[in-house]
Amino acid sequence: MAEKKSWLPRWFYQLASPRWCYEFMGRLLPWFGVGTLFLLVAGTLWSLVYAPADYQQGNSFRIIYIHVPAAILAQSCYMLMAIAGAIGLIWKMKVADMVAKSCAPIGATIAILALATGAIWGKPTWGAWWVWDARLTSMLVLLFLYLGVIALHSAMESDTTASQATSVLALVGLVNIPIIKYSVDWWNTLHQPATFTLTEKPAMPTEMWLPLLVMVIGFYCFFAVSLMLRVRNEILRRERRASWVRALLDKV
Amino acid sequence: MSFDNFSDFLAMGGHGLYVWLSYGIALVIVAINLVEPLMARKQLITDLVRRLRRESSN
Amino acid sequence: MNQPASNAGVVPAQPGMAGLFWAVMKRDLMLAFRRRSDLLNPLVFFLMVASLFPLGISPEPTFLEQIAPGVVWVGALLATLLSMDSLFRSDFDDGTLEQTLLSPQPLFLVVLAKVLAHWAMTGLPLTLMAPLLGVMLFLPTEGMSGLVLSLLLGTPTLSLVGAIGAALTVGLRKGGVLISLLVLPLYIPVLIFGAGAVQAAVTGLPLGGYLSLLGAMLALGVALAPLAIAAALRISVSG
Repeated sequence: MAEKKSWLPRWFYQLASPRWCYEFMGRLLPWFGVGTLFLLVAGTLWSLVYAPADYQQGNSFRIIYIHVPAAILAQSCYMLMAIAGAIGLIWKMKVADMVAKSCAPIGATIAILALATGAIWGKPTWGAWWVWDARLTSMLVLLFLYLGVIALHSAMESDTTASQATSVLALVGLVNIPIIKYSVDWWNTLHQPATFTLTEKPAMPTEMWLPLLVMVIGFYCFFAVSLMLRVRNEILRRERRASWVRALLDKV
Repeated sequence: MSFDNFSDFLAMGGHGLYVWLSYGIALVIVAINLVEPLMARKQLITDLVRRLRRESSN
Repeated sequence: MNQPASNAGVVPAQPGMAGLFWAVMKRDLMLAFRRRSDLLNPLVFFLMVASLFPLGISPEPTFLEQIAPGVVWVGALLATLLSMDSLFRSDFDDGTLEQTLLSPQPLFLVVLAKVLAHWAMTGLPLTLMAPLLGVMLFLPTEGMSGLVLSLLLGTPTLSLVGAIGAALTVGLRKGGVLISLLVLPLYIPVLIFGAGAVQAAVTGLPLGGYLSLLGAMLALGVALAPLAIAAALRISVSG
């Protein structure tokens, strides 16, 4: 048992220690906080004031700077949730379970943001608040998957059981996402062949996609901040009997 | 600068409602995701400290 | 004399994989037949849902004809979902499930047999009853083959995916509603291709593509779903 060499790097084991994670995230948080603030403010100004209007859609095109980052983030967040859940299932790593749990509410709200901006953008572009566009429908299904994970987690009393069960559900969802996406795309082309999609533009000019890039990175930083805040809360709550948490609380 | 004056900026070429609504919702959702965990942390620490005091006083 | 004590040193004959599979299936089918009302409930529900649409929307034949493929498929989907909660429930309540998990038999096979038995008691009768509903909703005769074939290939997938939800919620008291929340989004591809197959059959387009896609999903489900069900059962029972 003792001399078995592991193929996993050292930091992977450090991640298994809630205390190490708590302190490490505490050190990262200010940097990511400043980064989020800077990128989101700069990106918003750039996208609202300096980016040129689209020759077809006019200024309503500026919604893309919220909609696309939100859509990308909602998808990556699900991926992270499923992967963290798998790590928690396989290596019984508590912190991975906490990450998976903390991803769900953020992902769900971001999916709502992507849906809301998609619907608002649809009004001037398509003339209707809601169109069964393939991407919007896939995003709606993604929101349903998030809601299922949240509902299952809250229905179970024990933290460990809930984490394991939601991890299985998230992994099943991860296998299903490509199938759902493909089937919805296919269904959509069958039902409405002549709509142009929201986001697919033939070659966006640099002054349009550069602010988009800033916003995407800004959204990722925001996600990191929100996730770390939540995971740190989870660590404190679940490790409340540990001596280091008691020592920490004594200082308060 | 894509706008000449401030009222043009607010109007967004007639699409002001849609653009500002989108950015407003984004602001609300981002703020919720940052404020909620911070409030939860405050609440949690108060709870844990109270529990710790109760246990040590016994 | 055939005393129990004399068997102590004898290793009982291990049933083979196929033997295990059939034994589990036989047991589940027998249990299902003993509770006939549970057997009928999904079918009655299926019939009622389908009859709500003419009442709720319009009894116009030309209109019903258009929505018939979707209505029958949604009805079958909901009826399957309704029956899902009972799949592991009684085994969990009387402790059989725990014994099954402790036994050395491969859980993958046991679970697959249970799901297959469940499908034979719900999905199969639903498939056989579907043409009746098709007639009630004025589905053209050309669509019937598509309806039956797509349900035949699609309902096993519904049972397999639904069983994941059932396994995850078996330890919870209010599992019923939760299953729907967990499983319905995962049913969307089956619904799209199933209803698409019927639509294609009605308009006289070739069915092969749809049926192969439904078959592919079934194959994927048979290969992967039992793994997820087995993992979910272990989690639910241990927790």
